[in-house]
Amino acid sequence: MTALQEPTALQFECETGNYHTFCPISCVAWLYQKIEDSFFLVIGTKTCGYFLQNAMGVMIFAEPRYAMAELEEGDISAQLNDYEELKRLCVQIKRDRNPSVIVWIGTCTTEIIKMDLEGLAPKLEAEIGIPIVTARANGLDYAFTQGEDTVLAAMAHKCPQTAKAEGEKEERNAIHKLLNFGRKKEDIKQEESEYADHPPLVMFGSLPDPVVTNLTLELKKQGIKIAGWLPSKRYTELPVIDEGYYVSGVNPFLSRTATTLMRRRKCKLIGSPFPIGPDGTRAWIEKICSVFNIEPQGLEEREAQIWESLEEYLQLIRGKSVFFMGDNLLEVSLARFLIRCGMTCPEIGIPYMDKRYQQAELAFLEKTCQEMGVPLPKIVEKPDNYNQIQRIYQLKPDLVITGMAHANPLEARGINTKWSVEFTFAQIHGFTNARDILELATRPLRRNNNLKELGWEKLVKEQAKV
Amino acid sequence: MKLAYWMYAGPAHIGTLRIASSFKNVHAIMHAPLGDDYFNVMRSMLERERNFTPVTASIVDRNVLARGSQEKVVDNIVRKDGEENPDLIVLTPTCTSSILQEDLANFVDRAQMDAKGDVMLADVNHYRFNELQAADRTLHQIVKFYLEKARKKGELPEGKTEKPSVNIIGISTLGFHNQHDCTELKRLMQDLGIEVNEVIPEGASVHNLKNLPKAWFNLTPYRELGLMSAQYLQEEFGMPYVDITPMGVVETARCIRKIQQVINAQGSNVDYEDYINNQTLYVSQAAWFSRSIDCQNLTGKKAVVFGDNTHAAAMTKILAREMGIHVVLAGTYCKYDADWFKEQVSEYCDEVLISDDNGAIGDAIARIEPSAIFGTQMERHVGKRLDIPCGVIAAPIHIQNFPIGYKPFCGYEGTNQIADLVYNSFTLGMEDHLLEIFGGHDTKEVITKGISADSDLSWNKEAQAELNKIPGFVRGKVKRNTEKFARERGFSQITLEVMYAAKEAVGA
Repeated sequence: MTALQEPTALQFECETGNYHTFCPISCVAWLYQKIEDSFFLVIGTKTCGYFLQNAMGVMIFAEPRYAMAELEEGDISAQLNDYEELKRLCVQIKRDRNPSVIVWIGTCTTEIIKMDLEGLAPKLEAEIGIPIVTARANGLDYAFTQGEDTVLAAMAHKCPQTAKAEGEKEERNAIHKLLNFGRKKEDIKQEESEYADHPPLVMFGSLPDPVVTNLTLELKKQGIKIAGWLPSKRYTELPVIDEGYYVSGVNPFLSRTATTLMRRRKCKLIGSPFPIGPDGTRAWIEKICSVFNIEPQGLEEREAQIWESLEEYLQLIRGKSVFFMGDNLLEVSLARFLIRCGMTCPEIGIPYMDKRYQQAELAFLEKTCQEMGVPLPKIVEKPDNYNQIQRIYQLKPDLVITGMAHANPLEARGINTKWSVEFTFAQIHGFTNARDILELATRPLRRNNNLKELGWEKLVKEQAKV
Repeated sequence: MKLAYWMYAGPAHIGTLRIASSFKNVHAIMHAPLGDDYFNVMRSMLERERNFTPVTASIVDRNVLARGSQEKVVDNIVRKDGEENPDLIVLTPTCTSSILQEDLANFVDRAQMDAKGDVMLADVNHYRFNELQAADRTLHQIVKFYLEKARKKGELPEGKTEKPSVNIIGISTLGFHNQHDCTELKRLMQDLGIEVNEVIPEGASVHNLKNLPKAWFNLTPYRELGLMSAQYLQEEFGMPYVDITPMGVVETARCIRKIQQVINAQGSNVDYEDYINNQTLYVSQAAWFSRSIDCQNLTGKKAVVFGDNTHAAAMTKILAREMGIHVVLAGTYCKYDADWFKEQVSEYCDEVLISDDNGAIGDAIARIEPSAIFGTQMERHVGKRLDIPCGVIAAPIHIQNFPIGYKPFCGYEGTNQIADLVYNSFTLGMEDHLLEIFGGHDTKEVITKGISADSDLSWNKEAQAELNKIPGFVRGKVKRNTEKFARERGFSQITLEVMYAAKEAVGA
């Protein structure tokens, strides 16, 4: 590298967009598990089906609540009527699975042939009596985790308002009532008093249930009550969202959902770093507290305690460098955490950078770099994988976080890699899960420590330069 | 529109990419949206490939939708040509480009002017062909392209090789046990005194394609891939081809006899009968295995076979003809080539199923309740749910079907491997049942096996108790036969009497 002076602000670059990532329809894999009464119908071609079938691996055999509406030549040339075809399939799904919601995932093909899914959905919804949510999670516009963003943005429209919900509230709360059964009213009142008096706060972002519980309890310790979560465990339990509610995102790829909540549901967004790593979690809680004028309690000790418990991992990565090729939009938050852990990071590749939604996270990254005394990373939006690999050869980073397409070839050339997709499926949020991030990030280093005596690092023959 | 949860054969572009990435120094550029380069993940993961998969995408995004790809595809081709110096770049259409209807052929012509290597547009339509058909077509297209080019330049070599020689056509990336089969076939050819002229596409260089006509004949071990190329070479150069898959003892012998006939017709004078005899009786263990008492115990056991044409047909013949196993149903998902399959297997099985709907094959397995299944990964999972062992014999496959150890399906070592696979599938099932019989008091409730089968009949206490005494592995069958009998006779409740009457009537 020829940078003569250390950059003082984050540098942003944009390359060609020739990079490898998952198609955003992959979001059905985790969302159908999260929203238990849903059914995801991906309206696309064999290509989409083949991707899902292979990317989801063994999950496919567990009778997933997802299917392809596979478009045939007749659909493309409009010899078949879209509405009638979709109706036939949705009636079949209703009969076989009886879901509470059918989510239509629009794909590249439905975009190109301009199938009016948003227009067809309300009509069909009325006819078959099941809510239909339409999300355009296609590879023309989005990358990987942004698929969840399009689904949640569409669901945000379906969240009830108090006024409208009064009538059905009884019904919706039936399950809560069941859970409260046998508890005295005073107990419930007593519980209410543990919280500070603050306006309703709704979280958005799909997380595994244990992580939801964990983050909920973390905020409860500060007297903050989470009024609801988008998405909830069941579609029928979507939270009430009224004008003036506060909302907070738990993942960096949810910018459309944030925009929808602000513009369409008139909510106030709490812009904060994301609760990834103990530093991120603390900053996230502090920001929410500051918005509600609450003095955070015991956070400093809590964070210090977590760092202490991580020491054995930190020893492995301190002073080492990490390179993010970029494919799932978690990159900035992960890089910020790893820099705090003592790593350096020359490059953060990222599919899409929403500088407004990620503003607080970016500022936190800058601050972290300054405090740790390391150079600011270059943030490369829409990276070019070929160029990146040339840069990796040059920089020789200690760890490359990358997709599966590049992992084995890089390993064969003696470069440590961690498969990036694992970060989207592992539990990485909150104080408690910081260990899991480091468990993932240090795994290749630990493995190679075990093997280092063998001298088997480069397993490809040097290629002659042409 | 079709409601689909699973597919057996992938989309067309996967076939083209399999061919392109099998050749050395050939690069494929997909005209596709972000995320469609999943092929690279599969190749890197399943084959544990050390090198970067030579496939990149020329991304179709919102801008391309609005104003067309314009210079983008051409620029990407020329750029890749400069970066990697490939011999050939194959522009690969996807489902997206099929409906965008851009003039990709024109892009190829323009790129060809600036590129040093050759540039070609794969002639496959997403909506007409699947992965297997597309692979066959692409291989044919590349072979034809380079032979015509050589002919035009006057570079076609004259005459045949001195000794008898063969081209092995159809070995490819992500093919089921293809690498091992290739090694085994080369070994077989060496035993037969036949030189291997070229193996395509795996590991081949496009520069060597012009040498194809030097071989005395072509061998296409797989029905799905290579036949079009072999037929082309026959039409253009009068090269005979052998398309008998050497899988199983009898078929391997038949393949070798055909080879003998083909090369003797060209002036050689070989007699492979002694070789076949020696291999069959003493070297390969499969013939001896079928004679041994182990295999005796498999006589009449019921099996279901499902897969691609090559493997399902070969397995059906091996099970029925070489091991005395009762193949109740043989099926294929190669609907486009169904006639060939029916002709191959109809005398070796009771039913033939041609379908690419995994529900149909799942229901058939539940109904037949075989002792073992030989199918794809999907059938393996059906087997898991129904508690029936399954040997995997065809793609779609997972990473465990890309073994590091030597496991061919073709040739004489292949017959050994298949014997192991079959025997292990059945014995595991038997072990299971023996444990159940001798594993203590058998008080388990009767489980109705079956994905679709439902019982509407009630069993009285005595009959239920009697049913519970029947060993687990035949209990399901007894139950179903008794119920069928009762239904036919109009009994609403099943008593001991009905049970025994049923047993006498249908031998349940």
